[in-house]
Order: sequence, then C-alpha cells, then structure tokens
Amino acid sequence: MTSSRERLMQEAAKRVLISDGAFGTQIQNRKLSEADYAGDLGLTADQKGNNDILALTRPDVIADITRAYLDAGSDIVSTNTFSANTISQADYNAQDKVEAINVESARIARELADEFAAKDGRPRFVAGAIGPTNKTLSLSPDVEDPGFREITFDHLVEVYRQQAAALVKGGADFILIETVFDTLNAKAGIFAVKKLEREIGRDVPIMMSMTLTDLSGRNLSGHTVEAFWYAVRHAKPITIGLNCSFGAEQLRPHVQLLAKLADTLVMVYPNAGLPNELGEYDEAPDTTASLVKAWADKGQVNILGGCCGSTPEHIAAMAKAVQGLAPRELPEPPTIMRLAGLEPFEIAA
Amino acid sequence: MNASTTANFVNIGERTNVTGSARFKKLIMEGDYATAVEVARQQVENGAQVIDVNMDEGLLDAVHAMTTFLKLISAEPDIARVPVMVDSSKWHVIEAGLQCVSGKPIVNSISMKEGEEEFLAHARLCMDYGAAAVVMAFDETGQADTKQRKVEICTRAYKLLTGIGFPPEDIIFDPNIFAVATGIEEHDRYGLDFLEAVKEIKAACPHAKTSGGLSNLSFSFRGNEVVRRAMHSVFLYHAIPAGLDMAIVNAGQIDIYDQIDPTLREACEDVILNRDVPGEETATERLIALAESYKGTDKKAEKEAAEWRGWKVEKRLEHALVKGIDAHIVDDTEEMRAATEQRGGRPIEVIEGPLMDGMNVVGDLFGSGKMFLPQVVKSARVMKKAVAHLIPYIEAEKDKLPEAEQKTKGRIVMATVKGDVHDIGKNIVGVVLQCNGYDVIDLGVMVPWSDILKAANDNKADIIGLSGLITPSLDEMVTVAEEMQGAAMTIPLLIGGATTSKVHTALRIDPAYEGPVIHVLDASRAVGVASRLLSDTQRDAFVDDTASDYVKVREAREGKTKNPLFTIEEARANHYDPFYRDKPGHPQQPGVHVFDDWSLADLREYIDWTPFFRAWELHGNYPRILEDEVVGETARTLFDDANAMLDRIVDEKWLTARGVCGLWPCARDGDDITVHLDEGREHVVLPMLRQQIKKSRERANMCLADFIDPAGDWIGGFAVGIHGIDEPSRRFQEAKDDYSDILLKSLADRFAEAFAERLHKHVRTNLWGYAPDEQLSNDALIKEEYRGIRPAPGYPACPDHSLKPILFDLLDAPANTGLTLTENFAMWPTAAVSGFYFGHPEAEYFGVARIGRDQLEDYAQRRGVDIATAERWLRPNLD
Repeated sequence: MTSSRERLMQEAAKRVLISDGAFGTQIQNRKLSEADYAGDLGLTADQKGNNDILALTRPDVIADITRAYLDAGSDIVSTNTFSANTISQADYNAQDKVEAINVESARIARELADEFAAKDGRPRFVAGAIGPTNKTLSLSPDVEDPGFREITFDHLVEVYRQQAAALVKGGADFILIETVFDTLNAKAGIFAVKKLEREIGRDVPIMMSMTLTDLSGRNLSGHTVEAFWYAVRHAKPITIGLNCSFGAEQLRPHVQLLAKLADTLVMVYPNAGLPNELGEYDEAPDTTASLVKAWADKGQVNILGGCCGSTPEHIAAMAKAVQGLAPRELPEPPTIMRLAGLEPFEIAA
Repeated sequence: MNASTTANFVNIGERTNVTGSARFKKLIMEGDYATAVEVARQQVENGAQVIDVNMDEGLLDAVHAMTTFLKLISAEPDIARVPVMVDSSKWHVIEAGLQCVSGKPIVNSISMKEGEEEFLAHARLCMDYGAAAVVMAFDETGQADTKQRKVEICTRAYKLLTGIGFPPEDIIFDPNIFAVATGIEEHDRYGLDFLEAVKEIKAACPHAKTSGGLSNLSFSFRGNEVVRRAMHSVFLYHAIPAGLDMAIVNAGQIDIYDQIDPTLREACEDVILNRDVPGEETATERLIALAESYKGTDKKAEKEAAEWRGWKVEKRLEHALVKGIDAHIVDDTEEMRAATEQRGGRPIEVIEGPLMDGMNVVGDLFGSGKMFLPQVVKSARVMKKAVAHLIPYIEAEKDKLPEAEQKTKGRIVMATVKGDVHDIGKNIVGVVLQCNGYDVIDLGVMVPWSDILKAANDNKADIIGLSGLITPSLDEMVTVAEEMQGAAMTIPLLIGGATTSKVHTALRIDPAYEGPVIHVLDASRAVGVASRLLSDTQRDAFVDDTASDYVKVREAREGKTKNPLFTIEEARANHYDPFYRDKPGHPQQPGVHVFDDWSLADLREYIDWTPFFRAWELHGNYPRILEDEVVGETARTLFDDANAMLDRIVDEKWLTARGVCGLWPCARDGDDITVHLDEGREHVVLPMLRQQIKKSRERANMCLADFIDPAGDWIGGFAVGIHGIDEPSRRFQEAKDDYSDILLKSLADRFAEAFAERLHKHVRTNLWGYAPDEQLSNDALIKEEYRGIRPAPGYPACPDHSLKPILFDLLDAPANTGLTLTENFAMWPTAAVSGFYFGHPEAEYFGVARIGRDQLEDYAQRRGVDIATAERWLRPNLD
C-alpha cells in the first residue's frame, strides 16, 4: 500500500485540495452545558469550554462537525485536539485524559474519512492537530527577567511526543503542528515527531503552519516567514503554510513569498476575515472563497481551508471556487546553505 | 529589495567566545551578562553575519553560561536576527545550546574523533534540531595535518553524513589551519596543504562549505601584530579563491592585501605557499628575519619614546601636546597635579601652567604655519584628556573655595543653526578655540535661535559663533542676529561655514545687529578673531575696522554696475538648443532601484581625496599633496590615519551605504520638467531656473530643462546616504577623541560622494545603460569625463534646495534609504548626496546666478508657493 505521504502528493498534483474549517465556532453554536462537557468522567474541575474533551463525552458532536466538513468537500479533516496536551489540559485538571482524547478524536476523524473515501473513491486524509500550548520556549513571561523560561525544551518534547503518539495510534495520517507563534516550540514539536518515528519505526509526515502576529510578517518569536521556513525545513514537512493570523486579505503578500520559496506543498487556512467589534467573524463564505481563490488562480497554493470563524459553508464555497483550477507546482530552489536567526541568511553556492 | 541576505564569504565574529576574547571571558566569569549581551549587539551592529558563542572555560559551568547567554540574546531582536554558531568541544554543551536557539543555527563542531558511531549520533541530533554543522577534519587517529589526510577524512565524513540523509549543504568542513613558520620543517607545508585541501574537498563534496579558525596560522608571531595581520590577510587572499566560505576571525586582525608592505607581503606569501628557493635561506627564515625588523622598528620607536619619558614632567606634557601623543597623558597630568598639590598649589594651576604653556606652543606653531590642522586636532585630543582628568579635582575644590576664578580667555557659545545638520567645520573651530584656552560651549546642530540666546545668557558667553553649510542657513543666521538685536545683546557674533561669505555677512547679517558681526573665513582665523575681540586694547580698533570694511562692501555692492538682466521672456528665447536626436534612449531598467547596503570596500575605490584634505584645511590636489614641501608630511600622516580608519570602517562594517535611484519618462514644458509616473499617479513637475544675465549672441541662457526633449525624454534622480556614524562618533566623543571623530565624519562625507559617483556610473553603464562600455579611471571620474551630469538641488545649476522634497517623494527616499530632510531641506544623516541625472551628451554644469523679479514671480507660481517663500528659498540668486 502506498503511504499517506505519497497519496497526498498524488492528489495534490491533480488539483487544489481542501481542508476543513473551525471547530470552536461550530461547538459554540450548539450551546452545550457543563453536563455535556463533563459527562461521567468524574473530573474534579469544571469542563465547560474544554472543547477537546468532547471527544470522550459527546463524540456525536465532534462526528457531526467533521461530517459537515466532509460533506462540504474537505479532502483533509483535522482532529479537534488543539489543546489536547498535558500543559493545556492542566487548566481543566484533565491531564490524565490527554491520551484518550487524542486517540478518540483521531478515531472519529479516521472512521468518517474512510467512510467518505469508500463512498466516492476519493482519498480523504486525517491531520492530527497539535497546538502550540500556552507556554513559550523563546520568550520570558517576566519582563524583569528576560532569561527566564516557564518550560524546558525537553519537557515540551515529551508533551508533544505523547500527543503525537496518541494521534497516530488513533489513525491520524499526519501530525499538523499548527498556529506556530513560537518557532522554538515548533522545533520541539519536530524533535518529538522524529523521536516518535524512531520509536514506532515508520514515517510520520509533518504538516507545519505558522501564525503571524504582525502585518510585517513575523510570528510572536520574531521570525520572518522566510526565516521560519529555514528553521523548520529539516522536518521535511509535507505541507508548510500559514493559518489563523488575520483574514485572507492580510495574508496575501506572505502567501506569495512562501509559494516561491517552499519546495513542498503550501497550505493556507486563514480566519474568516478580521473579527468585528463584538469579536465575531462575519466575513461571508463567498468573500473568503473569492479571496483564497485569487491565490489558487496565481498557482500559489496547494491546500486551502479555514481557521477561526470559518464554517462548513465557507469550506463549501472554497471547494466550489477552486474547482478545476491547477494546483501550485513545486519550485526547485538551488541547493545552498540557508541559515536563520530571526531573519534568513544564505551563503552562496 | 533583498528579502534575504546572501553572502559570498562569511566572517564569523569571535568576540562572544571566551577562548577568543579576554574581555568577554572576564564578563562571563563575573556574571555580567548584561554587558556580555552588549558585546554581541556591537558585533552584530558592526556587521557580523553569524555570531560564534563559546563558553569552554575550565572554571565555568559551560551549560549554564551557554543557555543563559543564548536565552538573553534571543530576547534582543537586534542580535537574534543573525544565526548563532553554538561552539563547544563538549557535545552536551552544544545540545543544551541547541535547545535554546531558534532559527537555524550552526553547530561547531562534530568529528570522528571518538569513532563513526558517536559522529553519526551527533549528526542525527543536528538533523533533529535543525542545525548545520562544522565537521572538523579529525578522526580516530587524530587531527588531519597533511593535505591527503584532510581530504581523506573530509570525504569519508561526507560519505557517512550523506549516507544518513544529512543535507550536504548543511555541512561545513574545517580542515584545520595550523601554525606555519614554526621552524619545524614538517610545518612548512601546513598553509599550502590547507589551501589545496580546501580546493579538493570542495570538488569532492558537492554543496559542502569550508571554514577555518584563522588565528592559529600566525601563532609563531605572537606579539608581532604587524606580521600576524599580514599573514592573515595574505592567507585569506589565497583561501577565498580556493573555496574557503567562512572563517572565524577578528575583523580587526586583517589588513587590506594591497596595502601590506610588499616585502612583508611577499615573505608571508612565500611562507604560506611554501615557496623555497633551493640553496637560499628558507621562506620561514626570511619571514622570521623580516619580522625581527618589524619588531626592530618598534624597538627604535620605543627607544625614542623612552628618551622623552625620562624628561621632567612639564616638558613631557608639552611634548605630548605638541606631538599629539595621548598614551601617557593621564599619568603625567596626575604626576603634575600631585606635585602641584604638594607645594600647596591648586589643580587648576596644572591647566593654567604647563598644559596651557604646551598649548601655546601648539598655537604658535599653528599660527606660524609650522603645524597643520590635523596635528592641532590631535593635540586637542591630548589636552581634553588631561583636562578631563583634572575636572573632578577642580570640582571638589570649588566646594571649598568661595568662587574659583575661571581664568579662561573667554567663553564662546557655538551652534549649527536650525534646519542645518553640518558640523565638521564647527567642530574643528571649537577644537582650535579650546586648544587656545577658550571655554567652548557647543550646542550641536539644528539649534533654534531661542536656545542659542538662552545658552549665551545662562553661561555669560563672551561670543556667539554660528555655523551652517546650506544656503537657507544664511537666512537663519540673519534671524539669530535680529533676535540678538531684539534682546538688546551686545556680544560679538561670529559667522562661519561653507556658504557664508564676507559679502553676505556685510550685506545681510551685519545690518541686522548693532553688536560686532565678524565673518571668519576658516578655522585658522578663529583664534585671532576671538583674541582680538576679547582684548581690552585691540577690541575697539578691530571692531571698527571690520565694521567700516563691511560698510565699504555694502557701498561697493550698491554702486556696482550689476550685469544687466534679460527679461525672462528674452532669456527663454535665448535658450540652449541641444541636438535632441542624441538624447539617451529608453533605460535598460526604468523605475526605482534600491541599494540597501552597497559595499564600502567598493566605494572606497571611488573616494576623491582632494576635498578630504580641503576639509582639514590642507590645500592642494591629491596625490601631489602627499609630496608637498610644506604640508606633505602632515598630509601623509592624515592620509595614513584616514586609511587605518577606513580599514576598520570597512572590516568592522561601522557604516552602511544606502541609496536609491530612479529613471522616469518625462518631457520639457517651458522651464518645467514634467515627470510621467505610472497610471494612477499624478505627474510631477520639476520647475527649473534659467540664467538671466544678458549674454552675447553665441552664448545661451541655460536652464536644466533645456537638456530635456519636449517631445519626450528620460530623467533620473538619486539619493544616497551613509548611516551608522552615531555609535562610533559617540565612542570617540566619550574618549574625548575629537581627532578621530572629525576624521570619521569627514570620511563619511567622502563615502557619500563616492557612492554618488559609483551609483552614477552604475546608472550610465547598466540601469540607464547609455554608456555600457564606459571605461574611466577614478581620476577621469573625478574630472567628470563621462557623459551626462548629476546636478544637486541647492547647487549652482539648480539652486533651489526645496526641490529635494519633490525628489525624495519620487524616490520614496525616506523609506528606501532612511534619509530625511530638515525643515530647511538639509539631509539627515549629514553624509548624503541627492540630485538629478541628465543623460544628454551636451548636458553640462552651469551657474544660474542672479535672476530678476519677473522670473522669481514666475517661479513662485510654477513651484506653487507664495512669493515671500520663493524669495526666501532663492535669496542667494536675488539682488
């Protein structure tokens, strides 16, 4: 059987692929109660707001949302596990459930993906989502003590390795290290996945997605898009891209840059515009779709999807908009030494 | 613009390496990380493209030091922007470092010293952490010394690494630079072996890089810096073409290859390339012998030095001042102070006695033309250091005494006026005055009249001195004079600076102020003027003489039959008529081009030295001035000092040359040039001025617009500036080193001019490309033997400075070059040049000179300003 990596590359060579949209917005719309969240797990802290735990307590809700995205045309669905790591789950006193949440979430997505693939013969993929945690390796939370760090590299590697192992166990094709605000956190994620690969003795392809915190195109740890790419290129990620950050409109120059640079698939899933005064995302599906279509028209992307505020309607509109468009062809950059601080640095051949 | 920096040869800074920098080691040992971080910052500011961090010191907890330092610099965007080289001989220190470094760093180093297994384990970790790696040419049996061993080990390592999927472009081989000329015959080939090995390794290992630590090479010549620097430079000169990509090196330890004494250079070359002539003494013997002679010169100088060091202290102080030697001045001053104290004297007496005596000798020598400005400024540096040492004692004494009488010759408040930023001339005058015992309060640049008056009153100044370089400053000086009058002041006002003149002072400034107004032609006159103004006996006569002189100037001016003017219509009818068919064609690359960091080494070749010497009041053309009977020796010393500083500016990248140029379609429309921009942007009008003085038939009344075809043509514009002067300038000022500070500023000016010259050439040969085959020497460039001109706003052909904001808008110069304009259109930073490009072969420079009221009114309308504003801008061209 061909590997997930090869199958994704084959599909991506044919067309622009579609991933999914936000879970958070969809879960909020369902107005779930504390009882829904907590179930009969017997946890000591309140669970309301712990979206990831629903995989154990209301798997039907997660399955419904995933199904809605597959119906809308998603080729890739991600797991609802953005915060399913021991650092973030500590806020809900649910560290013990991390393994189960990830296995179950991946299983739900896997079953539905296989169901849809069986129906029409088109492959569907499962991306096991790993968020950045709420701790950072590059920055000190204490302005008085810039050398201080809340966590260590080794600790974060172990946290990521545990989550990635559970996601793969549940059936994820890829590990999606997403919303990278701190490049060193992402490097710990890569280190963890490589460790996992050696443990289980097979390839675990990484999808890597950076988030920008300012319009000049840097993430929170200060890396430019180009420097970020050089810093994570050793992961040989199957996709590199941008998510969250701003709306599609604001991401345009950075997508253009990445498209020229990266010799791998480019995946972009922006927010549905910028939030309005009430903090809601109100960009219409057709608007988002037409913005991301512009990238596809120029051959700058391979995979499109949505982040905060996006809905199955947004995904359906995107799928329709890019139908029949040629996917981005991978550039072949010259083989030269590429280093990076916060900014890229190349040494001529 | 370059989104990313691509380098051809990388100098890796070694100042954040405890084994390479004693200072850094001390800071880390003392736990002074804050200062250690500043070392890293300076290194990056000075142009290090990668910083090497090494904490291998027996008494240090290297893991703690490495991780602490790396975390701290990652919080500094100015430092963290460049990649880090994590350097240790212990893998666990490297790994601890890798866990703190983001981006993509370099590991220094891994090797097969402990066998293949450990080598590959470390290599795999480099891959997992995402780091490039330096691979030492080291195997189980030891370090590679011969070429064959170097190549063998590196190719073996390459095969192993690529075998586990290590990216070949992430490998940097260090084939070991060893000491040569050690006297041991086996070492003679080390230099050559390295060079040949680099070449072979690069050929055998595609995409891999090579590096080396340079300081080992010259280990035998410790203590003989001249020889060490020469060896390093010669080595790099050969190693880079052989394929060396980077080196860990102290940038201050390299000389310019061409400027090394040829005898020494050849001897180094013979040693490094192992060139022995059979039957003669060996290359090593020759270099060692030669090195002795370099040491010998040191010894000779030392002997001389020792001699004057034996003199009594007063004499030593005088000698130090006259010769400009600052090495012992603090010690000698202290000795003098202690002696003075012992006999019941006061610290101020050291200044008033021996120091002033010494400066008087300097003043006399300068006054009689036996010393020149550069030497005087060096003397001033020594004086300042001596005075700085005494100040705390004088201050302490003030508390005890009722009022320490300040016996200075007088107090002078000096300033460059509002809207102007040029201060080299003012600084020189300030130094000269201080040397001569005046108390100078320098208010700096861009000083509004209110601050000047306030400072004069607060400090009970005896004289105010104003300086300025650009023409609008002339008006600002008139304003200061008017305000002094308004404040009923009576102290003398001195006027100086490049655009000032006796005529302007007499005509405009003198009538505005009833107190004495004196134009000072150059720095050498400043002391004479000040001393006479402050002398009880000479003052009145001097003031009266000057005043009556100015009256005569005014009368002469009034009575002078001015050259008659044409009306503007007549002048236009007599316009210049070029052969438009010769106009330059469509540029190869129209539009705006930005240059973020033009190579200083390249610009250095384009420096025009004659104006440099003129800035130091040494008159004569370069290079003849170096052999001049009178000023030759001073000029040579100044030239040597300038070149030594240039070496550092270039090597340590003190300065950054940023420039922009643009080429746009345009057409002439009367005396306007209309620049056509892209669709959606409004056309931009450049109004030009026309000569109006009546001319005979054959000679046209020129206007720059005449060189542009009304039927459609092209015009260019440019702005270049030299950034980065502030930091070194501050360092010099803190060290009380006016000499180096003024030298730096005058060199920055030269770089700006050189950049303008270089960019113009690039435009002619490439961007516009109308002279692709131009081959002109620097001399020919200086003589403007090329086709086309680059007149600057504010200069004779285009006298209105206010065209600069229009030009800056066209070029988006503030964003593209970091240059800004003051309200009077002076460029900031000061070392900057801007102007227009005219490419027609008949285009030439001319002076607009005096214009009539009719053209002023017409121009005001075309420029879109009221007549009063235009009058202010064009003052020097009006009656």
